[in-house]
Amino acid sequence: MTAVEVRDLTYAYPDGTVALQGVDLAVADGERVAVLGPNGAGKTTLMLHLNGLIEAQSGWVAVNGRRVGPATVAAVRHEVGLVFQDPDDQLFMPTVRADVAFGPMNAGLPESEVAARVAAALDLVGMTDVADRAPHHLSLGQRRRVAIATVLAMDPAVLVLDEPSSNLDPAARREVADTLLQLGRSTIMVTHDLSYALQLCPRAVILSEGRIVADGPTRELLADAALLAEHRLELPYGFDPALTDRVGFGANRPAPDESADQQRRQ
Amino acid sequence: MPPAGDVSGASWPRRLPPQVKIVAAVATILVIVLTPPRPPWVFLGYALILAAVVQSSGVGWRTVFSRMRVEVPFVAFAVLLPFIATGPEVTLGPLELSEPGLWAAWNILIKATLGIVVSILLAATTEAPDLVVGLQRLHVPDILVQILAAMVRYVSVVTGEWQRMSRARAARGFHGHGPRSWPVLARSLGTLFIRSYERGERVHLAMLSRGYTGRLPAAGTAAATSADWSVALVLPLTVLAVAALSWWVAR
Repeated sequence: MTAVEVRDLTYAYPDGTVALQGVDLAVADGERVAVLGPNGAGKTTLMLHLNGLIEAQSGWVAVNGRRVGPATVAAVRHEVGLVFQDPDDQLFMPTVRADVAFGPMNAGLPESEVAARVAAALDLVGMTDVADRAPHHLSLGQRRRVAIATVLAMDPAVLVLDEPSSNLDPAARREVADTLLQLGRSTIMVTHDLSYALQLCPRAVILSEGRIVADGPTRELLADAALLAEHRLELPYGFDPALTDRVGFGANRPAPDESADQQRRQ
Repeated sequence: MPPAGDVSGASWPRRLPPQVKIVAAVATILVIVLTPPRPPWVFLGYALILAAVVQSSGVGWRTVFSRMRVEVPFVAFAVLLPFIATGPEVTLGPLELSEPGLWAAWNILIKATLGIVVSILLAATTEAPDLVVGLQRLHVPDILVQILAAMVRYVSVVTGEWQRMSRARAARGFHGHGPRSWPVLARSLGTLFIRSYERGERVHLAMLSRGYTGRLPAAGTAAATSADWSVALVLPLTVLAVAALSWWVAR
């Protein structure tokens, strides 16, 4: 079953800047896909289309087989959870608990159900202890995990994350990765952090100048130096994707479709 | 942002639900403001009552006095009044002062002072997010509560941004003294405004993506009990009793 399907999506901003010019993408149920691309490639614009914050100018987006449009947008927003890059944009309520409750309350769930969802979501990201703190008293890593919880509380079928590793120190970066790896639901991760993409997503696509220019196992894409260079993507200094295979990079927590990924590689 | 006041101890006003404290504070200030300036001893009565509350609230006189500095502009205005007002004059040493001006100055000074003490008491025993919850409980229009809640949440984000900009200016040798620095400060403020505006748009997008439809879901806090109300309303009722007494005596 396809969780998210994007067909021939184009979008130009009111000032004429073309952000997307014919994007095609399909993400299967439970699959984790990285959308890689340099700054200005249209990654965030694509992300905003996925739950109808921007309406498609031509082409379409479908979530669980349902086209995103004015009639379905309310339902789609509860199926696709968007985690924004800056947690300060996402966390606007006075306490963590109130913020995590915001989505479920908008869905009109009864109070007991909301409380259960909040508790479960905070537990998943390991942030139960800070439930009654104000978001601005937390570290960036904690805020990012709380931002993920605000979306998990809505129990979305698809999780979309914008640069989940940006500005995090190495420990916070690993903690966010641990959180994401244990969720086991369809995930689209928009990033230019290539090693993070390799750790978290068996499959990757490269978005460049508003088009998907490559689609395949993350390890293979990252091994293609010419392809990366052509689209302004670079691996961190001294990083060799081939070596990560031997040290068991992320292997202690296998992705649901790890076997499919391995078959593709062979 | 640090909490709105001294929230270390769990004194009795700290434990009261915020909506109860808001009503008590507003009612007390109303009574104080509506009291005629004469006879002056009424205000001494008010001051004694408030002193007792400050003493028992655990807020600390230091906090109260240091925060009373916000009153300085009012004081400056009040001090001017006896010199600029007209009417019968009284001689005080070398000065010829207007009598209605003196009463007007007294009226402004004493009411501002007492009102500010009440506000300080409310602010020092209630955290800002709780104030928002209290207003929501009091059925203040939703849009106002949302604006206030957003302000409480983002004031530290915006001031943090301003501090980073100030540091970055200072690091490049900028001194913020004198009119020559005004254009730079004005441009910085403009930039801060644009950034905050754009952040507002991003926050709105993030809210929409979680199903926001224009209404903030009501916060599930406990309602105030009648015991809470009776504790909190002691203050405005005592103040009102003193006012009634003065009216009865003056009759």
